[in-house]
Amino acid sequence: MDSVFSHTIAAILTIGIISFLYKDNPLYKFCESLFIGVSAGYWFVQQYYANLLPKLFDNLGITKLVGAENAPEGALQALFLEGRLDDNLLYLIAGVLGVMMLLRLSPKIGWIARWPLAFTVGSSAGLYFITYFQSNAMSQLEHTILPLNSFNNLVLIVGTVTGIIYFYFSKEHKGVFGGAAKVGIYFLMITFGASFGYTVMSRMSLLIGRIDFLFGTWLGLVK
Amino acid sequence: MNPDNPKMGFFETIANIDRRVIFLFIGFAVIIPVLLSFSCTEEATPIVQAVYDEIESLPEGSKVLISFDYGPSTVPEVQPMIDALLRHSCEKNLKMYMMALWGTGHNLISESMQDIIEKEFPHKIYGVDYVNLGYKAGNQGLINVILTDMKKMYTTDARGSEIDAVPMMVDIRNLKSFDLILSMGGGFPGIKEWVLFGGDPGNIPVAGGATAVSAPLLYPYYPRQLLGLLGGIKGAAEYESALIKGYPKFKTHSHPAIDMMGPQTVAHIVIVFFIVIGNITFFIGRKREEGEKREGGVIK
Repeated sequence: MDSVFSHTIAAILTIGIISFLYKDNPLYKFCESLFIGVSAGYWFVQQYYANLLPKLFDNLGITKLVGAENAPEGALQALFLEGRLDDNLLYLIAGVLGVMMLLRLSPKIGWIARWPLAFTVGSSAGLYFITYFQSNAMSQLEHTILPLNSFNNLVLIVGTVTGIIYFYFSKEHKGVFGGAAKVGIYFLMITFGASFGYTVMSRMSLLIGRIDFLFGTWLGLVK
Repeated sequence: MNPDNPKMGFFETIANIDRRVIFLFIGFAVIIPVLLSFSCTEEATPIVQAVYDEIESLPEGSKVLISFDYGPSTVPEVQPMIDALLRHSCEKNLKMYMMALWGTGHNLISESMQDIIEKEFPHKIYGVDYVNLGYKAGNQGLINVILTDMKKMYTTDARGSEIDAVPMMVDIRNLKSFDLILSMGGGFPGIKEWVLFGGDPGNIPVAGGATAVSAPLLYPYYPRQLLGLLGGIKGAAEYESALIKGYPKFKTHSHPAIDMMGPQTVAHIVIVFFIVIGNITFFIGRKREEGEKREGGVIK
């Protein structure tokens, strides 16, 4: 009985979302708002229990400070009760940066949010630069240097070289160079076409999933 | 001839067709094959066969890390891949370590465990044959950490048991302890991050399954950095076919991806038909326009 009720609710919401294909309507608006609200709520709770609580509040000892049962002792307890500097005190910096990020909501002091943003962008770039360069540039380059002994290798090399030539704008696309750039355009168009085809397949899969739910799981019309 | 506007010809009517008519056609193209349970046969392509062969070649007891990097919105595409891979791993007696880089992946691990492992392979023991490590925040940063120290991030499993109390976690030190990493998803973080931050620096084999939208972006990593890929529902259907071919007993189990390929094929035929019609009307319209310009007439 529970599943019949929940399936009916899910079916009404599905029909509500699909109804937008005819035209915008109140049922669609309700379903859209509900989806956004539920998603935001889910993510907030998820991030609170995965990030804020264990990493910030527990590590700093704020959970213990507010008197939560079975809460672990944190950096603040170590500092004020034992007089030692705990490594977890570093999370205080992260907490402060987080609060600074939220100041963006205030027009007057919104500029403060640029500092944690700069820190995040800078540290991410520094941390990941080598990895991205190694895997996305060097490895890809290495795996493109292939012997011209098969049709696949030939397509890969010609496609890569002509594609790069198309995006080289310092030289006018004329003569042999222009011809190579034109070949590059064809490779790009085929790539975009393949991507479009995959996108259609992806969207169709989602539609089939909902249709299967409506006619199979909900109405029981599919064997 | 359009009855509302007698001056409008057939091609003009087609060119100005209400988009809702096309939606209706697509709707019928999906609903009818679903109701008739129309399906197509699939043959595994090399990129899918590579994943199958890799799992098939792993000796009994090998450790496979499966990352659930997706959410409910892509379940119709990704879940059939997970189901097939779990069945194959269970059949091969591999040890399955399930984790999630996505917050939504946590519940999907539990559902997959219930629906596939606990229901179809009841003799498998939690903590010995499979474990749920749950969701951890951190995206590629998390992969970066567990590349050198797994237990720094995972102090307990998803059920709250101490990690060293889980028998199959005892000899796990870092990502290099695994024989294969499978990332199932299609967004960020996902397969690309596993290749860049796990597979490449640790020299660990990485394979996976992705939504069709993101699959073309992952092909450049195949076959050197990514040993195989299940791209969209077609990739899932191919894997299900390979599994049924290798283990005919799975023919009686659910194979949602193969079932979905029927409606998928019909819908694609309808879309291709509309693309062809659209192009024909476009070129005819352009030719007429050019003709009218040459004659100095007014474009209707």
